[in-house]
Amino acid sequence: MTAIGMEVSGLTVELTTPRGTTRAVDGVSFTAHRGRTLALLGESGCGKSMTAQAIVGLLEPIASVTAGSVQVDGEDLLKVSRKRRRQLAGPTLSIVFQDALTALNPVLKVGTQLAEPYRIHQRMPAKRARAKAIELMRHVGIPEPESRVDSYPHQFSGGMRQRLLIAMAVALSPKVLIADEPTTALDVTVQAQILALLAQLRKEHDMAVVLITHDLAVVAEEADTVAVMYSGRIVETGPVDEVFEDPRHPYTRGLLDSVPVETERGADLSSIPGAPPDLFAIPPGCPYQARCPLVQDVCRAERPALETRAGRAVACHLAEGTAQ
Amino acid sequence: MTDSPLLDVQGISKTFQVPKGPNGNDRLRALDRIDLTLRQGETLGLVGESGCGKSTLARTLMLLERPDQGTVRFGGVDPFALRKSELLRWRRRVQMVFQDPYASLNPRLTAAQIIAEPWHTHRDLFRTSRERAARVRELLHLVGLRPSDADRYPQEFSGGQRQRIGIARALALGPDVVICDEPVSALDLSVQAQVLNLLNELQQALSVSYLFISHDLSVVRHVADRVAVMYLGRIVETGTTDEVFENPRHPYTKALLSAAPTLRRADRERKQKILLKGELPSPLDPPSGCRFRTRCWQATELCANTPPPPTADPTTPGHTAECHHPLDTRVSAAR
Ligand SMILES: Nc1ncnc2c1ncn2[C@@H]1O[C@H](COP(=O)(O)OP(=O)(O)OP(=O)(O)O)[C@@H](O)[C@H]1O
Ligand SMILES: Nc1ncnc2c1ncn2[C@@H]1O[C@H](COP(=O)(O)OP(=O)(O)O)[C@@H](O)[C@H]1O
Ligand code: SF4
Ligand code: SF4
Ligand SMILES: [Mg+2]
Ligand SMILES: [Mg+2]
Repeated sequence: MTAIGMEVSGLTVELTTPRGTTRAVDGVSFTAHRGRTLALLGESGCGKSMTAQAIVGLLEPIASVTAGSVQVDGEDLLKVSRKRRRQLAGPTLSIVFQDALTALNPVLKVGTQLAEPYRIHQRMPAKRARAKAIELMRHVGIPEPESRVDSYPHQFSGGMRQRLLIAMAVALSPKVLIADEPTTALDVTVQAQILALLAQLRKEHDMAVVLITHDLAVVAEEADTVAVMYSGRIVETGPVDEVFEDPRHPYTRGLLDSVPVETERGADLSSIPGAPPDLFAIPPGCPYQARCPLVQDVCRAERPALETRAGRAVACHLAEGTAQ
Repeated sequence: MTDSPLLDVQGISKTFQVPKGPNGNDRLRALDRIDLTLRQGETLGLVGESGCGKSTLARTLMLLERPDQGTVRFGGVDPFALRKSELLRWRRRVQMVFQDPYASLNPRLTAAQIIAEPWHTHRDLFRTSRERAARVRELLHLVGLRPSDADRYPQEFSGGQRQRIGIARALALGPDVVICDEPVSALDLSVQAQVLNLLNELQQALSVSYLFISHDLSVVRHVADRVAVMYLGRIVETGTTDEVFENPRHPYTKALLSAAPTLRRADRERKQKILLKGELPSPLDPPSGCRFRTRCWQATELCANTPPPPTADPTTPGHTAECHHPLDTRVSAAR
């Protein structure tokens, strides 16, 4: 059994806007193991990024954590002081965002930014930190790092910027790495390079990786475990192979069926009717009820809890009935 | 499908004047001698990496860019040679659906006004406002929206519904060709399938042709009859969809197909990922000879010196690749 990297339980984030207060993340729990990849899969707006931001303590002011815990190395990240959090950011937990251009500081040379973790956390002298930065750039596949260390972020391509961001995130060999849609803005050939780099670094540093994505195929190729999110909640979770072979939640099944594979050209794709519910008008009961082909009265009345049956966790009143 | 192409593009190039690049060059060749045909009722998929020239090609076919060389023939006529008054009528024949259903609809107009927008420049289509209103209702129905949606604003619709409005607007002038530039990539998977199904139904009903630009190869495989693969301003391989996907002959096509993640384990086990080395070269300074040679694992001296001519696959004539050493995956698979 692999060691636990991070254990998130009951994480709840409330969002307060002029339209009112609502739960954007509602009781999310998952465990990320060292050396493994857990994928958080879901459509846009389902709460993936908020989950990530809550874990790393970077929520916007309108959002706040109202319940839950995030255990890493015996500490609850949601309870520690700001100072402690800063100490943990880097050597314990780090994050890679989708948009490398906004995540990097545009007016600082990349070498300066890459040297920062070493200077701050390890109080390394400037010259040695710079040498470490160059080494790091080489390690993540940036050609001619000695001459590029003094360039600015905009002088790199999208793929290279994402490499820089990943380099910064793994500089201090964190135990847990969260990657929020790290390749969504990239071309497939570059995506393949970046995902391969992440997998290599995961092995080298024995990191627990939480990969946030909306791409089922990326999950199938990269992750060991998947947690499917819908409307702020995890509706199904389990080993990727099992969940994708035999989805138990109607939403997971609907998603898998919408992927154009093996369907004849021009034939109708199966699709999920409608769209996810408005965050401020989530109905009582199951959030998927308006789109679910199996909906019953009980689904409108009672909210299904994420229950584990035969090693698989599903939040659906009819989960047993849907399994073949 | 009829045999003579509706759209016949021969050798078009487009160069942009840009700030000087590292090698002092300030002329960026976004399209380099592109050949392309599209028959009535056909879907041609166009794939390639960001910046390879897909949208520039689309804009040229929309008659928004004038090519520096080459000819575009549309139903046998060169629209770029037409007088202004005639040109307007031609513009109706090619319309476009854009990627971002959030940015491409004016938030101050209702759905009905957005759909009717193109009629402001093409005033002769309808005589009365009643005719116009009736046509708006038909179009809403055609794309699966309700009559009551006519007076709602874009913000009140979901992404998928907005894309339906965008499609209705593209159909408002009764085009023969609809260029879809990444029409579903901003949409969630569950909604993507709805929109792809709609595009398919519309093609059956109206017999329109699609030029379908997408970076999602599984989507292209599902919708396209034929595929063209672009790299740095050139089409490097074209053929029927099955041919290109099953038997890619250009190394770039093969790398692109192998890089795309796949859902099915069986497919994954069959194919080996090719991780391309290096980066896309600057379009201001494309490599000599074959443009792909800086990243190609098969490159030889010949590739550096001589641009490869298009070579047809001897067994399937419609399938051509621009490569000195084309692959034959059928042979290697049989080995
Ligand atoms: N108006 C313009 N002026 C200067 N350069 C341009 C112009 N339009 C496009 N280009 C350049 O031409 C090349 C092709 O651009 P184009 O937008 O056609 O790419 P694309 O294949 O559509 O990319 P993407 O997948 O990112 O949409 C790029 O290098 C681009 O920077
Ligand atoms: N700054 C914000 N203001 C208002 N709503 C927000 C804000 N940030 C996120 N939300 C809402 O919170 C929900 C979850 O957002 P997010 O976690 O970013 O989704 P995901 O990453 O899964 O696409 C969405 O409904 C989104 O619209
Ligand atoms: S609880 Fe009911 S509505 Fe929800 S997914 Fe299950 S069957 Fe469908
Ligand atoms: S011509 Fe040469 S470099 Fe170009 S794709 Fe073919 S083998 Fe590779
Ligand atoms: Mg997000
Ligand atoms: Mg484009």
